[in-house]
Amino acid sequence: MAKVLVFIDNPGQALKKASLELLTIARYLGEPAVALIGELHDDVAATLGAYGAQMLYRPSAADLDDYLVGPKASYLAAAVHAADATVVLTENSAEAREIAARLGIKLGAGVITDVVAVDADGTAHKSVLAGSYITTAKATTPVAVLTVKANSITPEPAVTGTAPATVTVEVPETAPAASARITARNEKAASGRPELTEARIVVAGGRGVDGNFGPVEDLADALGAAIGASRAATDAGWIGHDAQIGQTGKTVSPQLYISAGISGAIQQKAGMQTATVIVAVNKDAESPIFEIADFGIVGDLFTVLPQATEEIKKRRG
Amino acid sequence: MEETLKIIVLVKHVPDAQFDRHLTGAGNTTDRSESILSELDEYALEAALQLIEARGGEAAGNRVIALSMGPAGAVNAVKKSLQIGASEGVHLSDDALAGSDAAATSLALAAAIRHLGADTPADLILTGMASTDGETSLVPAQLAERLDLPQVTFASSLELDGATLTARRDGDAHADTVEATLPALVSVTDQINDPRYPNFKGIMAAKKKTITTLSLADIGVDPAHVGRSGSWTAVESAEARPARTAGTIITDEGDAGIKLVEFLAAQKLL
Repeated sequence: MAKVLVFIDNPGQALKKASLELLTIARYLGEPAVALIGELHDDVAATLGAYGAQMLYRPSAADLDDYLVGPKASYLAAAVHAADATVVLTENSAEAREIAARLGIKLGAGVITDVVAVDADGTAHKSVLAGSYITTAKATTPVAVLTVKANSITPEPAVTGTAPATVTVEVPETAPAASARITARNEKAASGRPELTEARIVVAGGRGVDGNFGPVEDLADALGAAIGASRAATDAGWIGHDAQIGQTGKTVSPQLYISAGISGAIQQKAGMQTATVIVAVNKDAESPIFEIADFGIVGDLFTVLPQATEEIKKRRG
Repeated sequence: MEETLKIIVLVKHVPDAQFDRHLTGAGNTTDRSESILSELDEYALEAALQLIEARGGEAAGNRVIALSMGPAGAVNAVKKSLQIGASEGVHLSDDALAGSDAAATSLALAAAIRHLGADTPADLILTGMASTDGETSLVPAQLAERLDLPQVTFASSLELDGATLTARRDGDAHADTVEATLPALVSVTDQINDPRYPNFKGIMAAKKKTITTLSLADIGVDPAHVGRSGSWTAVESAEARPARTAGTIITDEGDAGIKLVEFLAAQKLL
């Protein structure tokens, strides 16, 4: 049976849904093991067992977080050898993709990013050119490294849980030598809203909000949604760059995407057109966003959004 | 007197994202007929130009080399880079490179960079945060691994003091300050600067600049290690996603917010 190694970078107090998805996919592909960086809380250890992890690998070095990417990739390569894994699964974040990239070179392994589904034989499904094509791709090498997008599968615990054994993996001492060192870290304030790329609902604002994201935020909070923005809105400094959706920002694929005051130029569409349902509110009836919206409202977002927010609150009593 | 800088900027010829883009042929490779210099590479080029200008520019012996790998048309990305201000251009072109994945691309680029550094090794390799076609962001990290260089990726600011690089990197949960010693590989985001446009003087000056064309034989790479046969991943099938069609469009008559909620309820999205 194929050994599948799931990489989890600093899980914190509880595993993210994206990690549970990786564990679920790993079980479907073979025998799952986990390579972890950072502290291992009891709850996390219990969940890893419940999701069927057979082995748990941890690094001998405690300072991997002090460097960018390089030493983490060295550790993961050592863990792949220790686990004798033929498939490595990571999340699809910018840093995880880079760790996967360097791991691929170290192992002579093909790397496939932006994966949304994996067949039992390792064939990966992904969308390319901003969601305009669906492709299947396969690593032609003995080991395959796949970075999997969040919301690709519904996480399910294993039928029979395990109590995984923990093994320490030696990190090569040479690893940090050719790496950039992190000299300062500023944690960002948590917004309390869902993370953009993992959110089920996204409400996004663009040029039309004219500096006032209030109505967008209120509607997002009523729906339990994440906030997104077009490049025009982030470039104007109305909202942080983290919120940018599109070709040069984040790609989202939520169940519902509400676009407010965004024209929907190709660059923006590139980041959101794989959403299941698209709603658009824009004053300009000629906006390209209406060509792809399931429900479009030609109107002023400053009246439409607050009215919708009130109506949602009313219905929920 | 500071040391001179030799910076290699990777520039890519990509399909213009303003238009529909297509996959073509047996290998499902990207159709590059309507291609331009990747928008995201202009930030890397600008960062390189600012770094050398701070040290007296070309006149003081600093150099920015624009390097592009790709078919014949890719020379246009190099030409545009020269117009913007790069000192010289290099076009790595070989039929055997067609269909290379990130691993094969990074193998060829690493060999080209070693070749260009045979006399004086480059101090800095600069790239955009991603290509606007493949969008995998794998190549910069894979190049750093192959060249055994520290990588400073997704830099939103960049400073150079002697041989010490300091950059800011914005993540979702935290913003980091990172430090590395030259030589290094840096990829920059679209937040780092405002790229300049080529002006008339730059366009005229570019005509006098040299573009060197390199083949795989020139850089000592076995054709079997690149292209589709040398790649470690294979695209097996590609299907165009059906175009989205417009749904119901209404004009607000004072109750559009309520109608919006009714639509969401009907779709079971509340």
